[in-house]
Amino acid sequence: MNRFAALLDALVFTPSRNGKLRLLQAYFAETPDPDRGWALAALTGTLSFPAAKPAMIRALVAERVDAELFAWSYDFVGDLAETVALIWPARPGANASPHLAAIVERLGRTGRVEVPRLVEGWLDALDAEGRWALLKLMTGGLRVGVSARLAKTAVAGLGAATIEEVEEVWHGLTPPYGPLFAWVAGGGAPPPADEGARFRPLMLSHPLEETDLATLDAAEFAAEWKWDGIRVQIVATGRERRLFSRTGEDIGGAFPDILGDVGFVGVLDGELLVGREGIVAPFNDLQQRLNRKTVTVRQMASHPAFVRLYDLLLEGEEDLRGLPFDERRRRLEAWHDAYRPARLDLSPLIPFAGWADLVALRDGARASGIEGLMLKRRGSPYLAGRPRGHWFKWKRAPLAVDCVLMYAQRGHGKRSSFYSDYTFGLWAGDILVPVGKAYFGFTDEELARLDRWVRNNTVRRYGPVREVAPGLVLEIAFDGVQLSGRHKSGLAMRFPRIARIRWDKPAVEADRVEALAAMVA
Amino acid sequence: MAASPPRPEDWITVRPEGLYCVPGGFFVDPVRPVDRAVVTHGHSDHARSGHGCVLATAETLAIMAARYGAGFAGATQALAYGTKITLGGVRLRLVPAGHILGSAQAVLEHAGTRIVISGDYKRRRDPTCLPFQPVPCDVFVTEATFALPVFRHPDDRGEIVRLLDVHRRNPDRSVVVGVYALGKCQRVIRLLREVGHDGPVYLHGALAALCDLYAAHGIALGPLLPATDAGKAALAGALVLAPPAAVADRWARRLADPIVAMASGWMRVRQRARQRGVELPLVISDHADWDELLRTIDEVGAPRVWVTHGREEALVHAARARGVDARALAVVGFDEEES
Ligand SMILES: [Zn+2]
Ligand SMILES: [Zn+2]
Repeated sequence: MNRFAALLDALVFTPSRNGKLRLLQAYFAETPDPDRGWALAALTGTLSFPAAKPAMIRALVAERVDAELFAWSYDFVGDLAETVALIWPARPGANASPHLAAIVERLGRTGRVEVPRLVEGWLDALDAEGRWALLKLMTGGLRVGVSARLAKTAVAGLGAATIEEVEEVWHGLTPPYGPLFAWVAGGGAPPPADEGARFRPLMLSHPLEETDLATLDAAEFAAEWKWDGIRVQIVATGRERRLFSRTGEDIGGAFPDILGDVGFVGVLDGELLVGREGIVAPFNDLQQRLNRKTVTVRQMASHPAFVRLYDLLLEGEEDLRGLPFDERRRRLEAWHDAYRPARLDLSPLIPFAGWADLVALRDGARASGIEGLMLKRRGSPYLAGRPRGHWFKWKRAPLAVDCVLMYAQRGHGKRSSFYSDYTFGLWAGDILVPVGKAYFGFTDEELARLDRWVRNNTVRRYGPVREVAPGLVLEIAFDGVQLSGRHKSGLAMRFPRIARIRWDKPAVEADRVEALAAMVA
Repeated sequence: MAASPPRPEDWITVRPEGLYCVPGGFFVDPVRPVDRAVVTHGHSDHARSGHGCVLATAETLAIMAARYGAGFAGATQALAYGTKITLGGVRLRLVPAGHILGSAQAVLEHAGTRIVISGDYKRRRDPTCLPFQPVPCDVFVTEATFALPVFRHPDDRGEIVRLLDVHRRNPDRSVVVGVYALGKCQRVIRLLREVGHDGPVYLHGALAALCDLYAAHGIALGPLLPATDAGKAALAGALVLAPPAAVADRWARRLADPIVAMASGWMRVRQRARQRGVELPLVISDHADWDELLRTIDEVGAPRVWVTHGREEALVHAARARGVDARALAVVGFDEEES
């Protein structure tokens, strides 16, 4: 457990992705089975211990610590696991510190009544860091800034495997993943891909640069809209039906309306959307349905979900991924025609004669639900990952408004000495209302100049945040704007970023909040 | 019929300037300029300039002179630890507090009652100052900076070993440690020397004068070099000490791909450390932790405890649970930065 605790602790304090990857890789390389497999399960969110809930932990600590002292401490620290880990009174001479594998196995087979005494014994045996890791592990949600994908990438890096190869076999595996480590780190045979309802890694696209068009032959490409939802995969076997996000996370629990409409065997690629009477709703509506484990009948009625299909990977048992796009598309259309599922429609292909047609279409595309265009090479098979030269995403030209810088916050890691995180606003009468936040994405010289400006124009400080005088205009580009009850301005921008710093423009000439409201799709 | 002896709260009172000893006519650690001040130690929230007369240990007076210039007070009087003097019917002596060089508790006796004003203190060994000495008393006045049971400081040597380990494993990067200029800085350097690091330690310019002052008081700090004009090449693989504010400031850009460490009792709480962008939190504190605060209250055996600054409510609550008559004093003006 000490090793796992040290890993989590180091991950918390390492801001960079590469730094985290190095820590994970070193841990997986140095830790024996089955501990490393359980660690991987914890990091990918595969473990759950229904008998170990925050309420049980609170009850345990209440037996040992004065209630008022605990309340003040929790108030100060702000995190239950960390408060309990720090406040737990050490009992010298307690048992030896348990192994991660022993903890997971015993938690899994101990009933609700006995779990508290079991956990109490471990809390006595561990030090503060170990207690923190144990509590994080038990209550789920490690929050150490590691995605499931990053953890799998680290495992792949142990040997010569790629993340796509790991994803391909992942859903056939269960913790503690002995066969996975034996294959990747030990050079053995890859574990068999599961025959059941497993996720197939998606084919992803590259952004299209305007200069690419000259080198590409329009006749070799098909075009379709890039829909503004989330990319999903529907997997249906005779026994199981699943809906996966693009990283292979099973999100089917929140979408019984869609899975209820699946009565076939196959694997489909598409975009999950919310729509009413054939009109795609803004992304915010989909957001209402995401990030929840279950859904109510009312939500399903008010926010009806559907999938707009892009591709057919398996039809029945037949793997179509080796076929060219045109052929798969023909099969997809024929399949859809035969089944006509109510909650699955086809993403239409856009006919075009040459690139000029598409340029015009893309610039005119302002309807909600459309992010831009996709170009797919007609002859390409369905390739896992992000292979070059096959699929291109061509986002529509961003919208833009001129905002006024309001607050600046220090960045992280390399940028911790710079104010590199900005909140900006628009005029409403003669006051500014904040409308969004963005990180800096420019050269070091520009960052240094902006940083200097922030320091010289600070009017107030709140910890790492500085409020600045309204004097600097930022041109903010964004992909869309929606009404939002959660924002003071009543508006929420999608993917705001700083396009330019308008050193030349007086703040009074920045845009008004009404200008942004008029762009609501 | 003899008059009953004055109660402690009648002769030690809280005024806007700070704690005031009525029969002695002096304040202890006043936050505004006053005629007569007893100063427990040199941290800026306890030792302010502009008083008429300051009484403190010679070390504290030297620290104040180094920080504010020779004319920091109209007059000064150095009092050695243990020497008793009488001020307007109050007997006063200073006793080591174990906080920083020259730090003292003020022991006041009047009308048969002994009150100890402990200033800031800790109970751990510190190679840069004399250890805290518990003095049995009737009223113990204590700080409460880390008065929550989540604060249990680990062994400081273990923290220093972790620091050295990171330093050795990163030969191309600067490891910059945020330290308070007075006390923490010199203690961290001494601890580094004790665990065998005898190479140079690079200093931010704001730390140099107080390090010189410590060295002049016989605390050997080994080779110290200025970081400010060392150049990036020299700072690759270097251990650098800087005030916390400089670590997150433009000054830090001269460092080579720095790893940010911070030596403070607050580093115990991950969220606090992360907020400050710290990658290597070192829990090294010059204040007593929760267990030490309670142990000290037990050791001085005072039936009454007055709590000055920090998490007063928690310490008052815990002391009352031990049968001590505890209350919070509403003393303003102390900050928690130098912790
Ligand atoms: Zn102090
Ligand atoms: Zn203090």
